[in-house]
Amino acid sequence: MSLLIGSLTIGLILALLALGIFISFRIFDFPDITAEGSFTFGASIAAALIVIGANPLVACMGAFIAGMLAGALTGIIHTRFRINPLLAGILVMTALYSINLHVMGRSNIPLLNKTTLFTWIETFSNGISGEMAKTVVLGWEVQVKDLWTLLFCFLGVTIFCLIIWWFFRTNIGTAMRATGDNDQMIRALGVNTKRMIVIGIALSNGLIALAGATLAQYQGFADVQMGVGMMVWGLASVIIGESIINDTSVGFVIIGAVLGSIVFRLLVAIALRWGLNPNDLKIITALFVFIALILPGIMKNKKKLTFKKKANA
Amino acid sequence: MLKIQNIKKTFNAGTINEVKALQNVSITIEEGSFVCVLGTNGSGKSTLLNAVAGTFLIDEGSISLDGTEISKWGEHKRATLIGRVFQNPFSGTAPNMSIQENLALAMKRGKKRGLGWGLPKSLTQDFRNLVKPLNMGLEDRLESPIGKLSGGQRQALTLLMSTALKPKLLLLDEHTAALDPKTASKVLDLTHQVVSKDNLTTLMVTHSMQQAVNMGDRIIMMHQGQIAYDFKGEDKKRLRVNDLLTLFDELRRKENIDPTVSALLMEHYV
Repeated sequence: MSLLIGSLTIGLILALLALGIFISFRIFDFPDITAEGSFTFGASIAAALIVIGANPLVACMGAFIAGMLAGALTGIIHTRFRINPLLAGILVMTALYSINLHVMGRSNIPLLNKTTLFTWIETFSNGISGEMAKTVVLGWEVQVKDLWTLLFCFLGVTIFCLIIWWFFRTNIGTAMRATGDNDQMIRALGVNTKRMIVIGIALSNGLIALAGATLAQYQGFADVQMGVGMMVWGLASVIIGESIINDTSVGFVIIGAVLGSIVFRLLVAIALRWGLNPNDLKIITALFVFIALILPGIMKNKKKLTFKKKANA
Repeated sequence: MLKIQNIKKTFNAGTINEVKALQNVSITIEEGSFVCVLGTNGSGKSTLLNAVAGTFLIDEGSISLDGTEISKWGEHKRATLIGRVFQNPFSGTAPNMSIQENLALAMKRGKKRGLGWGLPKSLTQDFRNLVKPLNMGLEDRLESPIGKLSGGQRQALTLLMSTALKPKLLLLDEHTAALDPKTASKVLDLTHQVVSKDNLTTLMVTHSMQQAVNMGDRIIMMHQGQIAYDFKGEDKKRLRVNDLLTLFDELRRKENIDPTVSALLMEHYV
């Protein structure tokens, strides 16, 4: 049970990553691999700030801003210098690797015995129900502080979902969605599409950095490698979410991304529990996304074939 | 009033594929005038339109609209003054967004887009009234995505969107060329209504000489990046499709003769 609660919590934290990927990949159709760098960037900035005694919320804020800067840089490289989106992302991601090492001063920073968002929650829980308090959920004994952590993560993600949902229904947000849908059309309606892309990718990477910052605090350390494979991870979440919730309106797609992140994390936890070698996790994730990407096309072809057969018969 | 002075544009300058698309084109279009632009393929008629719209920046010359010099402006900035309908019905609308969202985007053409609600409830009734005269039943489908509509419906909507806020200039780039004849004539009727209602200054590129004869008060015929003929007033009214065909033949003959003649001259004199 504590495994389940842990998976749900990490799933919720990584939902912020999924939301970021949803913005770059689905709204702007921009395969933004900066994510891998900005995830670690957020973690390292937050960890470095927390180590020098900063308030965890300030640390998160710093991570968000740092992520936005990284994203804006990718956006500017793409729009001003006409460099392919993938290459622009790779450039920034590679540069961030060095920057992350400089920020942390070494390849990882432990956050044990430091004040983080999660030690706050623990203190809060201890204050209400006493230290090491346990309770029974569905017949399983779990720690109360784990439940509080889950609840706070859920609240946090809900707030972010509402903000994003609101943003993409404002005038500027609608213009951003149109930029991804048909940039020629929205330019003819007077929108500077380059600026929209820069702001959008910045926002996306801000969220991704925040996910990194939160995860670092949850697991108690920041590591220079923790961003590896995060883009595909986020993509898998978005794709799972889309298949769970079959609706293209902004609100539902956002809910889908969050659900997808949780479900994907659960699937991974189950697979690991059943004895999947953790080293194989990335190849399985990559295969999964590959299949999810080509499946709709195959289904369509199959439909066409059966239709043709019927027509011939 | 649109004033184009000595504009030049060369694509792929200095390479084998060099194309002199616009060579010293000058024209002044009065307020409220409806100009049809004719020409063979590659004559520069679409290039002229795109030069005004700002799809690319011109090499030389000036373009001014209502006294404002716009030739250095980017495409999106020019869109504050200019409404456009494209040849491809897919180009003018965002397919995955609903009809009302597309219309709402158009109601903000060239205005500042901030954090206000993108689709205020108050606009929905306006939109119903706006699309009802189209007689396409769209007033009941405002929430469905535009990608589900036919090319004609999308083109009609694009026309409404480009003129929802009165533009200083309306650019129509063969906007009926991709439609079947019946739908094309419907969209043309709509064009006529929309343009005459607000007395819009319009520049329409077309392949159809019949359209050019029937519509507008001026015809420009382009050839090899230059304006070959320009008819307005009574001359334009007298013009018939056959006259235009004769002019086209004349242009083509000139084009064929020139190289042969020069070859003959070479033979005799060199």
